[in-house]
Amino acid sequence: MQFGLTEIQQLTKNSAREFFSAEYPIAEVRRIMETPTAHDASLWRKTAEQGWCGMTIPEAYGGMGSGLVEIAAAMEEAGRALVPGPLLAHLIATAAIAAGANEEIKNRVLPALAAGEKIATFADTTKLFVMDAAVADYVVAGPLLIEEFTATPLPAIDLTRRLYAIDFAGGEWLGDGIEHALAIGTTLLCAELTGGMQRMLDTTVAYVKTRKQFGKPVGAFQLVQALCADMLVATESARSATYFAAYALQEGLPEAMSAVSVAKSYIGDAARLTGNNAIQAHGGMGFTWENDIQLYYRRAKAGETAFGDAAYHRERIAQLVL
Amino acid sequence: MDLNLSSAELAFRDGLRAWLGEKMNRGWQAEYAAIPEKAGQFEYLRAWQRKVYDGGWAGIAWPSEYGGRGASIIEQVIFTEEMARAGAPNLPGVLGLQLVGPTTITHGTAEQKERFLRKILSGEEIWCQGFSEPNAGSDLAALRTDAKLDGDHFIVNGQKVWTSYGWAADWCELVVRTDSEVPKHKGLTVLLVDMKSPGVDVRPLRQMTGETEFNELFFTDVRVPVANVLGKVNDGWNVAIGTLMHERATLGAGIQIVIKRSFERIVEIAKSLGKLTDPLVRQKLAQCYAEIEIMRLNQMRAYSKMANGGTPGPEGSIQKIFWSELNQRFQQVAQEILGPYGQLTKGSEYAIDDGVWSYNYLRSRGNTIEAGTSEIQRLILGHYVLGLPKSY
Repeated sequence: MQFGLTEIQQLTKNSAREFFSAEYPIAEVRRIMETPTAHDASLWRKTAEQGWCGMTIPEAYGGMGSGLVEIAAAMEEAGRALVPGPLLAHLIATAAIAAGANEEIKNRVLPALAAGEKIATFADTTKLFVMDAAVADYVVAGPLLIEEFTATPLPAIDLTRRLYAIDFAGGEWLGDGIEHALAIGTTLLCAELTGGMQRMLDTTVAYVKTRKQFGKPVGAFQLVQALCADMLVATESARSATYFAAYALQEGLPEAMSAVSVAKSYIGDAARLTGNNAIQAHGGMGFTWENDIQLYYRRAKAGETAFGDAAYHRERIAQLVL
Repeated sequence: MDLNLSSAELAFRDGLRAWLGEKMNRGWQAEYAAIPEKAGQFEYLRAWQRKVYDGGWAGIAWPSEYGGRGASIIEQVIFTEEMARAGAPNLPGVLGLQLVGPTTITHGTAEQKERFLRKILSGEEIWCQGFSEPNAGSDLAALRTDAKLDGDHFIVNGQKVWTSYGWAADWCELVVRTDSEVPKHKGLTVLLVDMKSPGVDVRPLRQMTGETEFNELFFTDVRVPVANVLGKVNDGWNVAIGTLMHERATLGAGIQIVIKRSFERIVEIAKSLGKLTDPLVRQKLAQCYAEIEIMRLNQMRAYSKMANGGTPGPEGSIQKIFWSELNQRFQQVAQEILGPYGQLTKGSEYAIDDGVWSYNYLRSRGNTIEAGTSEIQRLILGHYVLGLPKSY
């Protein structure tokens, strides 16, 4: 038994850390988030060239065919860097196509999606809150693969990942890969949020070591230390829950669905708590636009409600285990 | 990442299950409850530990040269979980097995290892820890129990408190002050003290549950041979901290299973009371389920790290904070489900599960105090894990 990343998984995580922090420094994230779609096509191509856009697509269709634990480890780093744009939505939609579509569709659409030449996103039945639809070529909506759709912006809290209302007349029958893909997507969202929590913790600890009041670093005050300790407990717990959900899905364990809901219900609350503490420990600086914590805090709130909030997932746990 | 047990771990688990199936009396609780005296009950548990030892199941992760099994910490965790799962009797020598023994293996002399370790495993000698004092709790290094050198003995005077198993113990891992002229952490020494020595007085301490789980220890001119110093004189802080980190890192494995079984029981009760359709109850139970799972996963991650060649470090405080605060939240949820029945105690004919829920509720308040308060655990995380300035 070994609950931790294998050497290969750790290598992937390291190269994700290296790539995302080099290509998506926070100044670049801020620049991209000010554009109308929060998407930079040339950076997307660079990301695709490294294979990150094809992680959930099998090798036979030009993807990386990575295991879910490895993908989660990489997405933790994407979340830490606050990578803007359609990466998460694209991974979920392509996972749904790979899981549900027939061979003809897979051969036709997946290679271009794996190469990042095309972008996919997904929608639930409400046709609302669709991530990055304006830059997507395909929408996976329930069992349908849609190429003809309209996208109307829904200005919302997370400026790095835009939401849209979509409309469409019909699409190609895809099959029922969406539930599995949503479980994968929920897990990858948890991984992203965990990375964001780690970044908020690191930023806060660095700040309270240097910011002085009463002649000493504010991090020397026990109330501030307790804020940081609680962020650490939450972040490590989020990581444990995320890796287990990824592992359970990857291995097809019978408890996979409850593991996903355990992770999402916990992290929905824990990411918010971590953000609350990060802002509080920064004092007035934490409330400013220029401080990067607010960007992660916005992402955390959007993530909390996406794919079911904590109460939704607790009810799912109740259905599965009570 | 691979959560499957290896073939060796599986063989270990199956061997243990088979042994438990053969050697453990499933109806032991009734036998135990029928014994009138606390001392007699303790002897019953000691006999059980002897059986475990004879079966080769004591000291799983101890090196085989000291009578252990020489297995990894993963097998140790499997052992603790399987024993809890089977509802096996407690091992009364738990402090020796989990804390004093490993500390002696790290710091003890060859003679000390030879003298003490096997008797810890067999339960022939029971150990307690003399750490906390009335004026040295979280600030353990401020302790004042004094040891003065007199030839080849130390003369010990002072008082300890919150000593689990003190009344039953044959030996005590005692932290004393051997130098009061130096900074407080640098003048401490750990002594291995025979509890039958003249001048050792043990008094039970009645706690809010009504039980006497803990004791006060009084030492009056107690003579302890210099040969019983564990580690070096005035290096007792390092020795004691090693014990405390073992405590924080490993205490949770059995507790996780106990809370999980308790959770399954309260779900049954909620069902029989017709409360499982109440959305509020469902939310709260699901929250407990999620947190119990995360407690298990956090522990698995920590043990895997230790199995890869680490001794328990300050991050063990994460486990301590998580399980203790979770158990308090869980006991409150259980009380809400039980309603007025939750307050009934042992002896009431209307009490559910013979009043164990009112006991568990009260007992859980101790969880965030014993083995280091939640407050001190947070400061340990702040200082030793996150590198924040020391604040105390």
